Amino acid sequence: MSQAPTDPELIKAIPVRHPGRWVATVVVLFLLAVLVHSFFTNPNFHWDVVFKYFVDGSVLEGLLHTIELTIISMVIGIIGGVILAIMRLSANPVLSSISWLYIWFFRGTPLLVQLLFWGFIGALYKNISLGIPFGGPQFWSFQTQDLISVFTAAILGLALNEAAYMAEIVRAGISAVNEGQMRAAQSLGMSQFLAMRRIVLPQAMRVIIPPMGNETISMLKNTSLVSVIGFSDLLYASQLIYSRTYQTIPLLITASLWYLIVTSILTIGQFYVERHFGRGSSRELPPTPLQRIRRMLFTQHYVPPMTEATQGVPAGPDIPSGERGGIR
Amino acid sequence: MSVPMVLAEGVHKRYGRLDVLKGIDLEVQAGEVMCIIGPSGSGKSTFLFCINHLEKISAGRLSVDGELVGYREHKGRLYELRDKEVTAKRQEIGMVFQHFNLFPHMTALGNVIEAPTRVAGISKTKAIARGKELLDRVGLGDKFGAYPAQLSGGQQQRVAIARALAMEPKLMLFDEPTSALDPELVGDVLDVMRELANSGMTMVVVTHEISFAREVGDSLVFMDGGVVVESGKPREVLANPQHKRTQSFLSKVL
Repeated sequence: MSQAPTDPELIKAIPVRHPGRWVATVVVLFLLAVLVHSFFTNPNFHWDVVFKYFVDGSVLEGLLHTIELTIISMVIGIIGGVILAIMRLSANPVLSSISWLYIWFFRGTPLLVQLLFWGFIGALYKNISLGIPFGGPQFWSFQTQDLISVFTAAILGLALNEAAYMAEIVRAGISAVNEGQMRAAQSLGMSQFLAMRRIVLPQAMRVIIPPMGNETISMLKNTSLVSVIGFSDLLYASQLIYSRTYQTIPLLITASLWYLIVTSILTIGQFYVERHFGRGSSRELPPTPLQRIRRMLFTQHYVPPMTEATQGVPAGPDIPSGERGGIR
Repeated sequence: MSVPMVLAEGVHKRYGRLDVLKGIDLEVQAGEVMCIIGPSGSGKSTFLFCINHLEKISAGRLSVDGELVGYREHKGRLYELRDKEVTAKRQEIGMVFQHFNLFPHMTALGNVIEAPTRVAGISKTKAIARGKELLDRVGLGDKFGAYPAQLSGGQQQRVAIARALAMEPKLMLFDEPTSALDPELVGDVLDVMRELANSGMTMVVVTHEISFAREVGDSLVFMDGGVVVESGKPREVLANPQHKRTQSFLSKVL
């Protein structure tokens, strides 16, 4: 090449104005301001009460129970869901039908009814015994009431119901993995079980995680149903207080704030779990919020310097224009 | 004469009412490179999958290194092998797929060491050393940590070859290894396969690369409609095809 490369003259055009966007922005901000104003001026909110009970002992204990219930039920639900999904996809017609029946039953009846059932299981089966069934001798016998506490009943109700939903989510995830992956794994001498655990499930996770995040958040709120069998979760604890003090609205706000806080934490957790299982899926992982803020700060007013070093090489972080903030 | 590495006698494969293989007879000797060509749908890939029992044959006999594939013979009766026995035999047969089928959630090195560590029980340090050696051999010594999505098709296929070699197979099966590649990337993969053939590996290669078959193959098989139409020395078959079907196929691809 004899000619030195010359820089093309960059386009400098007047951007199109969008007056409609400005009007919409002003209207929405105005309405928001009215709403926020009412929060602080309407005395019926009783913010002092809201925050008085925010760190109240029984509320915090209820919160702890809610979190416990959510975690334990979700873990059992996920394990159960994976087992049910694998059963459902199995070549054995009995296993696959039983899985289908389970899902049909637990998705087909309201969670509230299932919880009540487990709560009153003692009325249905008075004793639970270990022995030879169909009239044989019994080695151990327990009163159902002693064996299944309110906490256990709550867990059973939530986890068994969750397993049915998770089963369908996991099955969708497994089906989304290319069949060639199983073949490749088997061609290397991996057993079906090992290939499922090491190759298929980790890839299925990418598809499973977002709906699983949804399920976890639903579960957090569904735990509030256990108050019907007398287990004191976050909502139940709040209800106990307002039934005594008649400050219904403030205590419901207290509970809601806690639900929102925990949901937010779960959402952040989901983002990082998704990133973990997304590795290798695309050339670049989505930026974390910190990376996003850093990029926004450094690229908002970025003008490429016309130096020799940057000729032909894109300088600075390369961001699609759609990601830049601000109204034009 | 020693036992052939692959011996097929009257191999049939049927999917429901569809006959894919209608009596395949062929022999691959140890150290031989056999190329299988033919139009799509002729059963070439299905035959390959039968060799490591990813597909079950419907009739006939198929053996690898003197042992039946998928069955044990005892007093004139066939017994299906247990899963454990099947997987043990698959470890001795490497396979390379048209669409690579690399594990996308693992790095190149992760792909290569997965089976040795999890299946063959080799220690991780040993597997890593050997894996790096293999990736180096296929020309990817600088890509250990790359995920498949960060590699070109040709690089992915070379990782796939290294992955199969990591189990130290005695037989390598290639299912159209270059069909999904951009033309300019085909050469690198063929170079690796050529080098492998020169090292004495027994290979069965389903391919559309006629020139590769001519230069590297010891034997050439032309399949169509589920049967072997013609076979022999690659140069002879390619230069002087006997059957009309072979002639018309070759006239289109050459």
